[in-house]
Amino acid sequence: MSEASGPAGPGEAQEADMSETPETPEAPETPEVSDNPAPEETSTPAEAKAEAPDTTQQPAGATGDDVPDAAPAEVPSEGGAVDDVVAEDAGADSEAQAVPEDVPAPREPDEMRDPIVEALVAAIGAAVVGSVVEKGDAWIRVAASAWRQTVQWCKDHGFTYFCFLSGIDWMPSIDLTNRNEQTYGVAAEAAVPDENTATGGYETGVAGGDTRFQVFTRLYDIERKVGITLKADLDDAKPSVESIIDVFRGADWHERETWEMFGFDFQGHPGLRHLYLPTEFEGFPLRKDFPLLARMVKPWPGLVDKEPIPGDDEEEAEAPA
Amino acid sequence: MTVTEHQQQAYIAGQAADARIRFELETEGMTLNIGPQHPATHGTLRIVVRLDGEQVVWADPVCGYMHRGYEKLCEVRKYQQVTTLINRIDWLGSFCNEVPFILAAENLYEVEAPPRAQWIRTIMFELGRIANVALFLGDMGVQLGAITPVFFASRDREHVLNLLESATGGRFHPNYDRVGGLKDDLPKGWVEECKSAMESMRGFCDEMETLLMGNEIFATRCRGIGVIPRQIALDYGMSGANLRASGVDWDLRRDSPSPLAWKEVDWKVWTHPDGDSYARYWVRLQETREATKIVDQLLDGLPSGPVMAKMPARLRVPRGEAWVSTENPLGEMGYYVVSDGGTSGPFRCKIRTPSFNNISIVPWLLRGVYVPDVITILASLYFILGDIDR
Repeated sequence: MSEASGPAGPGEAQEADMSETPETPEAPETPEVSDNPAPEETSTPAEAKAEAPDTTQQPAGATGDDVPDAAPAEVPSEGGAVDDVVAEDAGADSEAQAVPEDVPAPREPDEMRDPIVEALVAAIGAAVVGSVVEKGDAWIRVAASAWRQTVQWCKDHGFTYFCFLSGIDWMPSIDLTNRNEQTYGVAAEAAVPDENTATGGYETGVAGGDTRFQVFTRLYDIERKVGITLKADLDDAKPSVESIIDVFRGADWHERETWEMFGFDFQGHPGLRHLYLPTEFEGFPLRKDFPLLARMVKPWPGLVDKEPIPGDDEEEAEAPA
Repeated sequence: MTVTEHQQQAYIAGQAADARIRFELETEGMTLNIGPQHPATHGTLRIVVRLDGEQVVWADPVCGYMHRGYEKLCEVRKYQQVTTLINRIDWLGSFCNEVPFILAAENLYEVEAPPRAQWIRTIMFELGRIANVALFLGDMGVQLGAITPVFFASRDREHVLNLLESATGGRFHPNYDRVGGLKDDLPKGWVEECKSAMESMRGFCDEMETLLMGNEIFATRCRGIGVIPRQIALDYGMSGANLRASGVDWDLRRDSPSPLAWKEVDWKVWTHPDGDSYARYWVRLQETREATKIVDQLLDGLPSGPVMAKMPARLRVPRGEAWVSTENPLGEMGYYVVSDGGTSGPFRCKIRTPSFNNISIVPWLLRGVYVPDVITILASLYFILGDIDR
């Protein structure tokens, strides 16, 4: 989060919110949020090694017992080098990586989902770069190169129901507060992280992330009645991933939609053409830097309500300070 | 890439359809636009079909005529403001759209609605299902040439809409659900009125069973038409009655850990092994009956107490991601909501709608069928355009 943003930029707004959190009932998360920049800095050197994408962001702290499982599992498949990497990862990054998700450190074991993650790590190995099992749900982040392989593995191991596929753009959110006329309604340029750092500096969600774009999908095992979310980081400049259309036919339209909304290229998809938008449409509307023109022309009254929601008035008073 | 068994079978089936078309009918091809303004499309879906004589060679649905960009619009709204938008996704069972989003938001806020709110949510949800599916039960007859059933459906559906109106203020777009509870409690005398409406809905279901399912023309036009095998249905991510009519026993009301009250009452998930249009109609009819029973039981056991949780004065959403889906009238509807911890609105809101997946099977399903069956199949898949285009 750049400090250079204007007094009313989103970065500043976020900082202001964080400083206020002790007043709120969600106080327990405050210590974690306050040192949020830490994981980004620590993961920067690791990211520079492009040949070992698995080292970048193992959210080891969030998934307390996943890493010990991962280390022995990878020994047979990849040999000593990977083992070292994982061990180093678990050791060096664990404190720092505990931060991104506001998860209480001692996590209750999930009898249903933990074995699934373990089995996936054993099968896919180093390509599993992050996993989180919490709140009765599971997120697994894999390297983009292993995307189709992972989906295929899941399908072969019970996850036969394809729910959806979509993408996320982690560029910081647009300025909703209308405090700064320059940045209102568009992504604040000042808040865009320094592209030169290896991670890009994007704050990403559950199971972490290194890049601006993520593709994610949801699969269900209807026998065991369990669902998982698979994620993969995609390249900032040329987001591209292998199509899973030959694994799940239903991915056809989802990939078309994701292509047209985010500009992800799905290699092997036979017909990436517009689904919703006119054929001659240019741009990718769900990217954060695609402006919502209706909001630029006329500020929407819903966000600058005359009658503020209780609690918001204090925030208005404090934030621009 | 290995070719799985069902891929092989699908390929063979496709080849067989091609061969049949080639040898039986040596005719000149023709392209036909079904829609965008066709009564069978429940909105503005256009399906381009390439015909060889009376048979479809390929079909390509063209959607987007109603695309409103809700996923983008959600990003510039607060959580409380989103329900107004998403009411318009599946406009026949609007309340059902609100519930998964609000549950996802509650998951992020880490608040829980009080029991009475959860029970009333469940009742409203099932009323939404009845209002939605009742129209299908009548409308399917219209598609196949029987005009009367839809009048019966409109007549009895009116009771349900009146109930929704008296409790929420909106017949079609209730906007009743709030993060942490509900806007209002039920009005006085509502429970009795609801029970009598459920009675009349059960009567309506019986009528439809005799009028349509017992009708030979209806049965002949539906049986064996548009068969979706189990594995294909799963592959395409079909959901709701379309999936259960293909013999998959999967209902999120029973199979997902939902805070709503379905687990408190006694009801049954109906499946049908056939996977054809008739099975889809049959499953929906049974579901409507089942829904009236759920509502009756919930009304009997309705707990007392507040309908709104005590919310913190300052609503600041922690960072996190939540996926919540529910078994909506059309199938699985879910929201993948991402909170970045900074703003009071969703950072990203992926809306997974059932009709999107349900209709993406059309190119596969329509290959080799006759033109009148196209209408049967589209009607039996039962989609709503707002639900495809979002």
